[in-house]
Amino acid sequence: MTTPLLVFFVLSALAVIGAVNLILQKHPIHSALSLIVVMVALAGLYLLMGAEFVAAVQIIVYGGAIMVLFVFVIMLLNAGVEEHTSLSKLAGPPGLLLAAALAAFVAATIARSGASVQAATQTGALSSTKGISEMVFKDFVYPFELTSFLILVAILGATVLAQREKS
Amino acid sequence: MHPFFPTNDELGIAVAKIAILLFIVLTVNAYLTWFERKVVAHIQSRWGPHRVGPHGLLQPLADGLKFFFKEDPTPAGVDKFVYYLAPLLALALALTSIAIIPFGPDPIRWRGHDIYLGIAPLNLNVGILALFAITALGVYGVALAGWSSNSKYPLLGGLRSSAQMVSYELALTMSVVGVLLMAGSFNLRDIINAQAPPVGHPDHGMFGWNLWPQILGFFCFFIAAVAETNRVPFDLPEAESELVAGFHTEYASFKFAMFFIAEYTSMITVSCLCTIMFLGGWLSPFPASWTITHYLPSVILIPFGLWVIMDGFRYETIFGRLVLPAVGTAITAFGLIFIVFPHINEFIQAPFWFLSKVLLFLFVYVWMRGTLPRFRYDQLMAFGWKLLVPVSIVNVILTSFVILAKMQWGAK
Repeated sequence: MTTPLLVFFVLSALAVIGAVNLILQKHPIHSALSLIVVMVALAGLYLLMGAEFVAAVQIIVYGGAIMVLFVFVIMLLNAGVEEHTSLSKLAGPPGLLLAAALAAFVAATIARSGASVQAATQTGALSSTKGISEMVFKDFVYPFELTSFLILVAILGATVLAQREKS
Repeated sequence: MHPFFPTNDELGIAVAKIAILLFIVLTVNAYLTWFERKVVAHIQSRWGPHRVGPHGLLQPLADGLKFFFKEDPTPAGVDKFVYYLAPLLALALALTSIAIIPFGPDPIRWRGHDIYLGIAPLNLNVGILALFAITALGVYGVALAGWSSNSKYPLLGGLRSSAQMVSYELALTMSVVGVLLMAGSFNLRDIINAQAPPVGHPDHGMFGWNLWPQILGFFCFFIAAVAETNRVPFDLPEAESELVAGFHTEYASFKFAMFFIAEYTSMITVSCLCTIMFLGGWLSPFPASWTITHYLPSVILIPFGLWVIMDGFRYETIFGRLVLPAVGTAITAFGLIFIVFPHINEFIQAPFWFLSKVLLFLFVYVWMRGTLPRFRYDQLMAFGWKLLVPVSIVNVILTSFVILAKMQWGAK
């Protein structure tokens, strides 16, 4: 077994364990921590594929900014341990069915595309930041700018909603 | 061959480099506390530590031993896992960030291997982004410590720190965009090389550094960096007069020491980063034609070594009379070696300037601690969001326009 393949399996295992742990943990902070593990493991997988830029951005945006806000809100609200209920009759069987269907679908896709796992551990040339920026700012500049505009509107909306009403 | 996985003998070199750098960083950390106490003491007309060893030089060692042997109680009602995780996380991330810093341009040749100063590979093209990624995670150490301690003051400290670090991270990242635009690369080595005079252009030494065109960015970056490292005047997360000790109130013994080491290590990282981004990294402040300045390390080291020897002979204790002359002789010997062997002298030029600039920033850190009062919380937030962020955005726009104009009209 080559080193990249070994690292791939370790990181994948971390991501899967983190994701399962996220659901099983009772305390919101523990769940948030598990999600951070998933994010960082995903960043490691991107790095393994040679996508340095995506890996760094994954950690900065998801691992850093977004998850810090999650943790911050949980701390600020001082959320307690949540109660786990047994599966409700309505949600239980259809949920399990849907989960099984999704797993089968993903497995089928992986099985059909054959060497995906191999491909995930192989790198050609390092994908350069330049290549990404050329795609974002040249080839897909209009969708990109539209998305930015949408996010800007959302930020403004949040600011307006959060303002105290003037009495 | 995979770009990130070294071959076997390179792996040995990498491990050796990590061990050496770790040793150096931890030693520098220890003596940084001594330096800080001495400088702050002299600012306040006191002597500072002077009991343990000559000039208090063994004080860091005594402090270290004390950290090891103190009782390490775990308060009741803490969230055990997170409580133990937090200091580990803080320390691990702080030490990882140092691995990305390059310390010199030229490799040491040893048995057919080029050993570069610094752990990260040369082609780490996301250098600065990787550093920001690690700093972005650094907030968890503080926030989780505050939360898991199950106590009011740490929780307040943790909340303050999360809010502060999230706010200032924006200014920190925006303020380097100007530098990145000028260098055209995220690679820290490329950023330094972009500040050297291009071939065939006059060499202006220090006037080629990013400091001058990016003076706005520099101030934003340094202020935001001080806030990121939770140092005075932005030390609200651990404000001792308001929050006892903030997020690490409930930590004792070595767990407290881990936070302490993490804070000082991030001070060193930030100083290195400031040096790389704005002060030309390892570039000499003098033009390359001034070869006489290459003797500067010796000119500083030899008189300093001789002074330490003289001082040692006058010292009160026997221990000091033995140790100080020995240290002084070693320093003088280094100065002489640099004069006698020109190729060693050439090699140490770059690390010498790098370390000098880092030391300058560390001194500024300590100086600020000795001089400035703490911000009020609303002032802190207003300062970050209403001043630093807009100024750094203006800096980005100005820099972009200047670069565009240069490209358009070819003004060089």
